[in-house]
Amino acid sequence: MSKRMPRASGYFRTGYAQDFKLVETRLERVSASLFVISLAIFPFVASPFQLDLACQVFLAAVGSLSLMLLTGYAGQISLGHAGLLAAGAFTAGILFKEFGAPFWVTLPSAAVVGGLLGIVFGLPSLRLRGLYLAVSTLALHFVVVYIGGEYEAKRGYSTGIVIDPPSLGGHAITNPRIWYFVLLAAAAATFFICVNLLRSRSGRAWRAIRSHETVAEALGIGVANYKLLAFVISSAITAVAGALFAYYRGFVSVEAFSLFLTIQYVAMVIIGGMGSLLGALLGAVFVTLFPYWIEAVLAALPGAARYASVLFAVNYAAFGLVMILFLVFEPLGLVGIWHRIQTFFLLWPFKHRPVAGPNR
Amino acid sequence: MQLVVNIIVLAAIYALIACGYVLIYRVSRVLNLAHGELMMFGSYLLLTTAWTFTGHPLVAIAVALGLSLVVGVLVYLFLMRKMTGEMVLAAVLTTIALGILLRGVMVIVWSAQQQYPGQALGFANPSIVLPGGARISTFAALIVLATAVVYAALFAFLRFSRWGVRMRAAGQNPLLAAQRGINLHAIYALAWGLSTLTGSIAGMLLALDSGLTGTMVLIGLKAFPAALVGGLDSLFGALIGSLIIAAAEVSLINYVDPLLADVVPFLVLIVMLILRPWGLFGTREELDRV
Repeated sequence: MSKRMPRASGYFRTGYAQDFKLVETRLERVSASLFVISLAIFPFVASPFQLDLACQVFLAAVGSLSLMLLTGYAGQISLGHAGLLAAGAFTAGILFKEFGAPFWVTLPSAAVVGGLLGIVFGLPSLRLRGLYLAVSTLALHFVVVYIGGEYEAKRGYSTGIVIDPPSLGGHAITNPRIWYFVLLAAAAATFFICVNLLRSRSGRAWRAIRSHETVAEALGIGVANYKLLAFVISSAITAVAGALFAYYRGFVSVEAFSLFLTIQYVAMVIIGGMGSLLGALLGAVFVTLFPYWIEAVLAALPGAARYASVLFAVNYAAFGLVMILFLVFEPLGLVGIWHRIQTFFLLWPFKHRPVAGPNR
Repeated sequence: MQLVVNIIVLAAIYALIACGYVLIYRVSRVLNLAHGELMMFGSYLLLTTAWTFTGHPLVAIAVALGLSLVVGVLVYLFLMRKMTGEMVLAAVLTTIALGILLRGVMVIVWSAQQQYPGQALGFANPSIVLPGGARISTFAALIVLATAVVYAALFAFLRFSRWGVRMRAAGQNPLLAAQRGINLHAIYALAWGLSTLTGSIAGMLLALDSGLTGTMVLIGLKAFPAALVGGLDSLFGALIGSLIIAAAEVSLINYVDPLLADVVPFLVLIVMLILRPWGLFGTREELDRV
């Protein structure tokens, strides 16, 4: 009987098999399959520009999901995300330049390098919390970027490293449509890895650590181990995202991995909504498309030519403003807005939940 | 000899900027990562006042300083006041967002080109030869002087004046301070104003010395390790931390590799966080361990 009931009515699972399901209700099944179909059709109807946007969104989604795992679920603040992306990109670039390694070598090695760096980034978290942890990851960001810049300078690639597109069975992947599906697969794989990690023992441990470290310790959770695990997994995924980014752009340079990139990823997590994978995805879409919206709005305003030279500055200002607005007025992010809309329709025509009713 | 002079000048720059971080952190436990941008904003204000009051450089400087104080207070009143009581991280992220916003606004208003407020004010910047053969530009010497004056004034203010004592009380225990009738919002606003003011003094002197570009933000960020190495809630610590960072940076640039300039402060910071996370002179209690 629980099968056909909408969730708000008090939805109970009656067996372990139901616990394992990812999509439970008919509405979810229908909307999920519609979503998958539209994703599959999209590259055949979209313009090349839209295709590029979609690829950027997928890349950002991989990065933001991994950051959400670390910050939103395990509660460890990291301001070194761009450093990890740079580490992945440079691993791919250096292996390609020095040894001509193919992508099925560089991607796993990027993951390994990312994992090792994750231990380095995570070690301070055993001693430090909150602000101090954020600062230590920020410092490591500068160190990683410095090492990358040093490599570029010493090897004479001062403008950046050019990487050939990855080839599969003798064919180079250059077709944007193939890239679309490759990156979609990467984003989807990351999403399902995250979903399953969060449903397992490690996910529960992370959530416990986030809500109260001392209590988690008292419950028998190895806080240090799980913190490091969160850093390692998140960093490995991030580094792979960086390597994919390098292949997609065909170019690696330290200039691409500034502090602003870190802030963008943090913004994705905040704007999307802390502690929600859906939030990470929404945030990735929002932050990636935001500059293009601003550009479109400016182009529609009178005197568009006047703004053309300061476009990036307008972008900066608008981005900062949006981040402030979210932090001040909607700390739960886009997901918070979505839940509020859901609640409104579920309760309609009433405004408030009954006092002793089913809670979410 | 030249090396020592360079170290002292850089240490003075860092110290002058770092006291802004310390002031805000000590009073409200918020780390202001927009300090570099606020300081740059202050120096752009000087540029504008220099254009407005042509021929009266001292008036221009005084007006710019007053405006920067007001800017700091306004930032608190309209933005950071809303973040009191929120998670510390949210407040820090708000300052980061404010920094991005300011950076965009500054480019829109004043363009990204290098500007020279020194020329606009009609100041020359001759270099002075010190005994021992070392050279120092006039404004670099002024920076050292300003740092000494600002620190002396801040020490006196916090030690003897009524508002300074209130500020320390609010930093030690906001709840008790509020119960004794101290207006916390006024204290916080004052801290933000003073912090922006001292940052702007640093920014203006730097701009007068070597021009005004976007790199100033990075200098502001590099001063932050200085504050943390000394202990984020200790003014004296900020002085010592600045000396350590400046000495490490100048000597490593000189003897190892000029490319290291931007990472040295952060390397020192990492070492400090491993050894003594609360800094040389900081209060230990605020860090709890696992």
